[in-house]
Amino acid sequence: MTEPLSILALNHYLLLSAVLFVIGFIGFLTRRNLIIMFLCTELMFQAAAIAMIAFGAYHGNVQGQVFLIFILTIAAAEAALALALVVMLYRRRPTLDAEKWSELKG
Amino acid sequence: MISAAGAQLVLLSSLASASDAAAVRLNVPVEWIVFAPLLAALLCGILALRTGDARARYSGAICVAGIGLAFLTSVAIAASVGYGFAHETVFEWIRFDRLRADFAFFLDPLTSIMLLVVTGIGTLVAVYASEYMRGDRGYARFFAFVSLFIVAMTTLVLADNLILMYLGWEGVGLCSYLLIGFYYEKPAAVAAAKKAFIVNRIGDLGFALGICLTYLQFGSVEFAVIFEQVEALRTSGAEIPTAIEAIPFLLMLGAFGKSAQLPLYVWLPDAMEGPTPVSALIHAATMVTAGVYLIARTLPLFLLSEYALPTVAWVGCLTAVFAATIGMAQYDIKRIFAYSTVSQLGYMFMGLGVLSSVGATFHLFTHAFFKAALFLGCGAVMHGFAGQLDLRRLSGLGRVPGWQIVTGSMLVACLALAGFPLTSGFFSKDMILAEAFVTAGPGYRAIGWIGLLTAGLTAYYTFRVFFRVFLGPVHFTAGEEHHGGHGHHFHPHAPGAAINVVLIVLGAGAIFAGWAGVGGGHHGWFGSMVHHSTAAYEAPAGAAHGGFFSNPHQWMMLASSVVGLLGIGVAAYLHLYNRAAAERLRRSILPVAVLAGHKWCVDEGYDLLVRRPLRFIGHVCYSLGDTLIINGLVALGGAVPRLIGAAVRPMQNGRLQGYGLGMAGGLATVIIIVWVML
Repeated sequence: MTEPLSILALNHYLLLSAVLFVIGFIGFLTRRNLIIMFLCTELMFQAAAIAMIAFGAYHGNVQGQVFLIFILTIAAAEAALALALVVMLYRRRPTLDAEKWSELKG
Repeated sequence: MISAAGAQLVLLSSLASASDAAAVRLNVPVEWIVFAPLLAALLCGILALRTGDARARYSGAICVAGIGLAFLTSVAIAASVGYGFAHETVFEWIRFDRLRADFAFFLDPLTSIMLLVVTGIGTLVAVYASEYMRGDRGYARFFAFVSLFIVAMTTLVLADNLILMYLGWEGVGLCSYLLIGFYYEKPAAVAAAKKAFIVNRIGDLGFALGICLTYLQFGSVEFAVIFEQVEALRTSGAEIPTAIEAIPFLLMLGAFGKSAQLPLYVWLPDAMEGPTPVSALIHAATMVTAGVYLIARTLPLFLLSEYALPTVAWVGCLTAVFAATIGMAQYDIKRIFAYSTVSQLGYMFMGLGVLSSVGATFHLFTHAFFKAALFLGCGAVMHGFAGQLDLRRLSGLGRVPGWQIVTGSMLVACLALAGFPLTSGFFSKDMILAEAFVTAGPGYRAIGWIGLLTAGLTAYYTFRVFFRVFLGPVHFTAGEEHHGGHGHHFHPHAPGAAINVVLIVLGAGAIFAGWAGVGGGHHGWFGSMVHHSTAAYEAPAGAAHGGFFSNPHQWMMLASSVVGLLGIGVAAYLHLYNRAAAERLRRSILPVAVLAGHKWCVDEGYDLLVRRPLRFIGHVCYSLGDTLIINGLVALGGAVPRLIGAAVRPMQNGRLQGYGLGMAGGLATVIIIVWVML
């Protein structure tokens, strides 16, 4: 186990995490391409993961890293599933515009 | 005042308790009378459920075996009971508080007679039907119902209490319903079945109320206990409570429904939609006589009210003449005999009403033979001529090869129904009519004259059928059930061995059954049987018996012979020798003939007076209660979630980004709230 993180260094990591999250969130809200939107959600995922590790290092335990491994595993599975869904949608109608897929609106 | 007129009920004091020493000990398993047909019903029922099972063709034999075994047991029972009585508990059924209604049998000579009629005619009809129904898709189903009917009918007859009797009563009603609607693809059959069931409900309501009132007044529904108390009440000379006097009227209503009397007779003619063996067994020989049996069985109760038996007599008398007039104007031979059944049942009630319980039950006994023969003869004609029943389209069948046995048995049965001297119907009808002139009661003499008139009408319409269908020039048209190709000449197929044998047996019964009521003592063997049952009376003191014209029975035999022969003579002239004259006569009284042909528009009257008002009430209840209140409440229950949905629905606008923003906004709100609260 290396030295625990100082509060100053933690702030940098959290800032990075927040920036990544906001970029992802704004991308999710503004872009219409389904794949880009999906990538943006991945970005938000990673932002959360960075925050996890940073906190883990700050507290000097491994729980943050354990969480990271779970997040990566699930993200991999979810990416496979989400991309498969996108491919299925594209086969039904050759468009990736999220606005065009709104059959279930009330 | 009948009860004061000297008619004394001979109640065997020993009837009061079944465990009494005078009771006959039975060494025959009496329960087999019920259980053998029940077993047959179950077997046939299983075969009926297994569609396509080739063994279904044995169901006729199973049914014959089941009912035949019941008949043999009944013969043994009748021999064993003799003029005594017996009581047999099969199992305890209903017991709470003071109410005791066991599955128990009460046997006296009256029971024996009914058992012999029900199982005897039942066996013959089952044999007949095993040929008649061959090739029908519902062959096994038919025999399951017939066996079940015998189960219910024997239960009704054997019951030692009113509740078990009611069980059998409803059972026969159910089987009647099932068998009238046997051809359930025919709308007319379904309508007739429903009509029979609903009209019987009216009567059965009366019966049920009568049972309740009997229990409330006597504290028991067992015949032995009730009769003991009735006897005590009569001998005490105390004032009889009105509630007790109401009992016979309620029971009477049930009897009028089941036995098709005015005003509830309308279901029986329509019941002819069922297969003909059913018409013979249920709607002529046995089930419809259940009402007569009910009154004969509970006769002590009817003696408690001075108006009960006169009511029965008048209703029976009016029904007899009314149904006879309708029967004269019908063209469907099965319907003619249906109205004849209604009319003859009227005679039986007349007999009960004028205190001739022997005459009534004797007529029941002989009627079972000749009416079953008539219906089965009709069935043979219907079977052979592809469902043709119109007497204008059938003529001279007696000379068609292969139809001699049918013609012979029909002739004999028609003679018996017409009261031709020395046939069975002659003796039994005379017994009732003579008693009407002897017994003192309100208008009983008039009842006798009306009965005599009806005897003439009966002879006329009976021989109208016989002369039209079986004599005269040979010509016939096939009915609608003929499936041959066009241009194919129709050949009637003559009945086979089973049908012929049954017709011979019933024909013989139609002649010789009458001799059971002739001979020494009170009306021979039959009279002795009834006199030793609970339906017995001592003859009124001072009744005229002696000398030719002062003896009402001999006088009546002469009078009714003349009337009967007159009716036959008129029928012979109009329908055999000079059929054109019949047509002229009909045209000269056309309005009457048409009205009688339309059954005096009774059905239409009931429609106007009963059905339409009820439908109107139903309509009001439906539109007010159902549509407005109940449906309104349900609609309100549905409207609330719908409104909420309408308010919330716009949120689901189908924009992925919008949902993302919503999620973020929601999260931010939660965070801010938590922030502020902390």
